Amino acid sequence: MMNYFPDEVLEHVFDFLESHRDRNAVSLVCQSWYRVERFSREKVFIGNCYAISPERVIARFPRVRSLTLKGKPHFADFNLVPSDWGGFVLPWIEAMARSGVNLEELRLKRMVVSDESLELLARSFPNLRSLVLVSCEGFTTDGLAAIASNCRFLTELDLQENEVEDRRGQWLSCFPDSCTSLVSLNFACLKGEVNLAALERLVARNHNLRSLRLNHAVPLDALQKILMQAPQLVDLGTGSYVHDPDSDTYNKLKSAVQKCTSIRSLSGFLDVAPRCLPAIYPICLNLTSLNLSYASLIHNSELIKLIHHCSQLQRLWILDCIGDKGLGVVASTCKELQELRVFPSDIHGVGSAAVTEEGLVAISAGCPKLNSILYFCQQMTNAALITVAKNCPNFIRFRLCTLNPTIPDPVTMQPLDEGFGAIVQSCKGLKRLSLSGLLTDQVFLYIGMYAEQLEMLSVAFAGDSDKGMLYVLNGCKKLKKLEIRDSPFGNVALLADVGKYETMRSLWMSSCEVTLGACKTLAKKMPRLNVEVINENDLIDASSDDRQKVEKMYLYRTLVGPREDAPEFVWTL
Amino acid sequence: MEMERQNDLNLKATELRLGLPGSDEQPEKRNNKRASSEMDNSSDGEKGDQECAPPTKTQVVGWPPIRSYRKNVIHAKKTEADAAGMYVKVSMDGAPYLRKVDLKVYKSYPELLKALQNMFKCTIGVYSEREGYNGSEFAPTYEDKDGDWMLVGDVPWEMFSTSCKRLRIMKGSEAKGLGCL
Repeated sequence: MMNYFPDEVLEHVFDFLESHRDRNAVSLVCQSWYRVERFSREKVFIGNCYAISPERVIARFPRVRSLTLKGKPHFADFNLVPSDWGGFVLPWIEAMARSGVNLEELRLKRMVVSDESLELLARSFPNLRSLVLVSCEGFTTDGLAAIASNCRFLTELDLQENEVEDRRGQWLSCFPDSCTSLVSLNFACLKGEVNLAALERLVARNHNLRSLRLNHAVPLDALQKILMQAPQLVDLGTGSYVHDPDSDTYNKLKSAVQKCTSIRSLSGFLDVAPRCLPAIYPICLNLTSLNLSYASLIHNSELIKLIHHCSQLQRLWILDCIGDKGLGVVASTCKELQELRVFPSDIHGVGSAAVTEEGLVAISAGCPKLNSILYFCQQMTNAALITVAKNCPNFIRFRLCTLNPTIPDPVTMQPLDEGFGAIVQSCKGLKRLSLSGLLTDQVFLYIGMYAEQLEMLSVAFAGDSDKGMLYVLNGCKKLKKLEIRDSPFGNVALLADVGKYETMRSLWMSSCEVTLGACKTLAKKMPRLNVEVINENDLIDASSDDRQKVEKMYLYRTLVGPREDAPEFVWTL
Repeated sequence: MEMERQNDLNLKATELRLGLPGSDEQPEKRNNKRASSEMDNSSDGEKGDQECAPPTKTQVVGWPPIRSYRKNVIHAKKTEADAAGMYVKVSMDGAPYLRKVDLKVYKSYPELLKALQNMFKCTIGVYSEREGYNGSEFAPTYEDKDGDWMLVGDVPWEMFSTSCKRLRIMKGSEAKGLGCL
């Protein structure tokens, strides 16, 4: 029946499909839907850059205008993946340049981006509007200069938590006078100086600027001048927020801030003089998002004073020096809170600043809309988790991290199995879960039984036997990413259901009980998986003993076989 | 292998010690308020520290799981702050000139007071929440960030060391006023 619709009608209908998953689904219906869909898809999402080649992506989606790529496995964030492992963006940019793709938007996460790549990007795609780099590395401010100089229609340059080498060039000054299209500029992660005059002129001529995040080299007096030019800002990241609160500059800042009635999101405060905080109180009432997770110099009492003004917050990122009491204030003030992240302020000490289960319980009781949490804490109890599960059945993301990875419930001395079990049983929409604390196979039994929507699971120092891992692999039908470290799961679990891995994006196992022989067996049975063994200490070669345990194993489904850019210590079986 | 791990964990869990497993904190501290003044705790704490050292979290690679970027930022700020030192002026009533001390060097009130007593050859006495330094010859006070003069010892050490702008050792007779409110 649907075959009688002209292609234009189908295309128009598909236009309403926002998510790539929906588009993937419709492309499977029949040949003509596949054809119409592929020619009309403009936004392509590649969750693992090694699952497919750039050439094949371009061949299937010739009209691609926006590309999102993810490279290294998630545990690379915590130094578990050697730095030369891979994830290079250059081949993708080269392929798109060769094929004449009209690229407008590039979003990269955990990829290696060289200056050469950025220069090629800037030269090859005159319509490039948006470049978003998250947790990437390999480039310098010279690469940014190339982007600034050449991309005439740039609306968005968003650099989040990248490792960028500062070359002391004047990259910001490279934006030509004709650049007036900027909507979003985030260079908070850059470590070096910027030309303040150039920055002020840039802000002054870009009247559509909505989001601006400065780095620590931008002082408070420059911030004041910038805000005077950009009262229309919706999202602001301060640079260095230090000044004499009795000064003229500070008073000017206060009046500038008062005019910024559109600000809904605030971050920065890397360097902060707490006595200057009152200047931002007037905009706190409108804030829906507040990130103070780098502001370690703000004391507990000042934080609490600030929070009192923020009754509309939906997202809060904060340090654990806020304490359980401070979280109590959040709970009673921020009734609209949906996402909370509490980061550790002191990774090396015993952490008298840390929060405990009390803070989490208070939040769960006070914030009914809570659906996403990342919580680093000194300790946790089963009773608390059970209460939290009852109070907040709507969790989509639940990530708990006890500073001591195998700490039991301090009250009962029991593992935290029952607590996490309550979470997965109550939160029927849970998609992402990170476990910590003392945990046995039992918690995995619960996860396998109840976590029907779970897509990503992070496991560390948990479980007793292969049964634990098997419960999860057998039970979680929607599992996409599983990452495990330092847990006693081995060959039996790995090989029980090899077909499962083709339904997942990837599996990571490090410091577990998996042997080289089992990895070889798996690779042999499943040609459409890349099984990578990463052994830095004991290089694997033909003479290696199959009974040897692998240090790290990363396997992922792929349509293009072993990659050619793997370094010496990575062996694709 | 798994059995060994389980036994190992169980042993640690049943080990008789003063604190919660995984830390050496006193049980009172779980209430998030100091059961007794910090002055008393810290002198006991010194002994406790020697018996059960805090868990060395830094030994586990990649734990706690924080992005390197965030770790580097925190570390950079810490080393910056550590290097800078925290020198504050110290005056003593009747002394001809002021001295300077680096608050960074001390980890607790007893350490600081001992140093001050050495420096000025005076006796400061013992702190109590109720009486302040009543009965001593001298009382240590400090000016905080808001410009107020406070009695040394009321707030946790960390809070004190970050908000103290200068110190003044007052004569006991003058300081009496501070002790009874």
